[in-house]
Amino acid sequence: MKDKIFRFLLFLAAVLILLLTAGIVYALVSRSTEAFGEYGIWSFIVNPEWDPRPATEEYGAMSFILGTLYTAFFALFLCIPFSFSVALFNGEYFKGMKISSAVRSVVDLLAGIPSIVYGLWGFYTIRPLIIDLGINAQGFGIFLSSVVLAIMIIPYASSLSTEFLSMVPNNLKEGAYSLGATRIEVIRHISIPSSLPGIVASYILALGRALGETMAVTMLIGNTDRIPQGLRDTGNTMASVIANQFGEADGFKLSSLIAIGLLLFVITAIINMIAKLIMKRVSRL
Amino acid sequence: MSTNPGTTVNYGAIGSGGGIRSLRDHSVDFGASDAFLNEREIESMRSEVVHVATCMGGVVMVYNLEGVDSLRLTGQLVSDIYLGKIKKWNDLMLQALNPTVALPDLEITPVYRSDGSGTTYNFSEYLSRVSPEWSQVMGKGKSLKWPAGIAAKGNPGVAGIVQQTEGAMGYIGSEYALSLRLAMAKMKNKAGNFVDATLETISAAANVELPDDMRATIIDSEDPDAYPISIFTWILVYKDQQYGTRSLEEAQELVRLLEYIISPPGQAVAAKINYAPLSEQAVGKTRRLIESMHYAGKAIISTTGSVE
Repeated sequence: MKDKIFRFLLFLAAVLILLLTAGIVYALVSRSTEAFGEYGIWSFIVNPEWDPRPATEEYGAMSFILGTLYTAFFALFLCIPFSFSVALFNGEYFKGMKISSAVRSVVDLLAGIPSIVYGLWGFYTIRPLIIDLGINAQGFGIFLSSVVLAIMIIPYASSLSTEFLSMVPNNLKEGAYSLGATRIEVIRHISIPSSLPGIVASYILALGRALGETMAVTMLIGNTDRIPQGLRDTGNTMASVIANQFGEADGFKLSSLIAIGLLLFVITAIINMIAKLIMKRVSRL
Repeated sequence: MSTNPGTTVNYGAIGSGGGIRSLRDHSVDFGASDAFLNEREIESMRSEVVHVATCMGGVVMVYNLEGVDSLRLTGQLVSDIYLGKIKKWNDLMLQALNPTVALPDLEITPVYRSDGSGTTYNFSEYLSRVSPEWSQVMGKGKSLKWPAGIAAKGNPGVAGIVQQTEGAMGYIGSEYALSLRLAMAKMKNKAGNFVDATLETISAAANVELPDDMRATIIDSEDPDAYPISIFTWILVYKDQQYGTRSLEEAQELVRLLEYIISPPGQAVAAKINYAPLSEQAVGKTRRLIESMHYAGKAIISTTGSVE
């Protein structure tokens, strides 16, 4: 009897989560229809104009989609050398050693720092460096956001990659060693190829995380509603434009912001699904 | 409130757009805004809305230039800077206006509000009045489409960037800038004088004939002592207080609060937090508006000033 009740409670909890997710999607969809209906879904997506003035009011998501993709992919690019070396350090060279668990817990600590703290750090510490480097006059923009984002996503990219690297079967590696391969050769020809799909999946998950990051980016990107003209320029991401403009918005603007939220939700869901698919394939091997 | 200890007022600083939205939804007793409702917004409300002026404020130009503690600006120059036409601090026009100041060869970073804001509305209203080009290219509104500069959320966001960025310039609510003692530019007013933003110069802007509904713009005031970007700030309430599940007591409490705000003690509190007090004329007209509020067809306040 107890078992049955417990089963029922578990079932209830699971159904509740499903309903909750469905509810979020429903709320986003139903409140975006005003914007999608006015502009058409596709033309809303590709339109780079964001003009809130009543006389010429017009909203499109393109500049924010591009701002999001620029910052997220550039952050991913910047994070790869760091997270990859951390993964090799923990999953291969110093696997199971004390120093590895120390590095691991420090990297995990990075994941626990609230995003507003990263924002402050970027604002007060990294931004002056960007100005000194002459990247632009006031420091804000895609470049600054990506640098801070890159550090924020290192733990996500590295901890999963470490797992996949340490999952490489030992008999494979031992076979290579017995054929006279050096450590570097084993890593290059055995460890990396056999864990590559998993490593790729972990980077995709990190990318998904970078896409939706809001607070730190809002503080650092400059918040301009235009397509960024390169990495030195300022811009806005889908998440930051919502954070910036939601409070005062109504009518079409509010609906357009919610539509951008829906698009961000869809993009992130697709990214996560791709990562899951790749990982499923890896675990089948 | 010390004069009426039984009452607690909850005020959510959610932005005037949110306040107006909540008033429209009947989920609050009042909303507050630095910009009076336009005709479209008035029509969207459930019934007639009264604009109760509470005090006065201004929009000030703050800047961050090392070693420069006095700067003169005109609306025309501010317009050119925010349009991206004047890009450097040592621009000839800026230098000509400030002959005694050593302006550096430094890029100007104009900072504006990323969220919709009454501050932006008043700033753009002022620039639309003094610069034909601004009026044509930018217009006025709570949020605009900006050709140059960077954006931050709220007065604190703009102030934070200006304080931390050499060469930045921003427009900020005077109450916020005055309490932080930020470096502010003297603005040229309609009479041709360069005026610092102080509580006195902001109050001086109301020395003009005001309309009975108090939906008045005193921007670019003709008074010779007036700070040019001065404004009223309003509380918006429904004239007919009988709506939803509202009781007469609730309506009376609201009216008491409004009465207190425009009373001399209320105005003194405003001055303490760097809002300029209302002029006598403004208090008189606002009192008549509060008197026009009614519940079930009866005035909530008698003309002798006490709540019935």
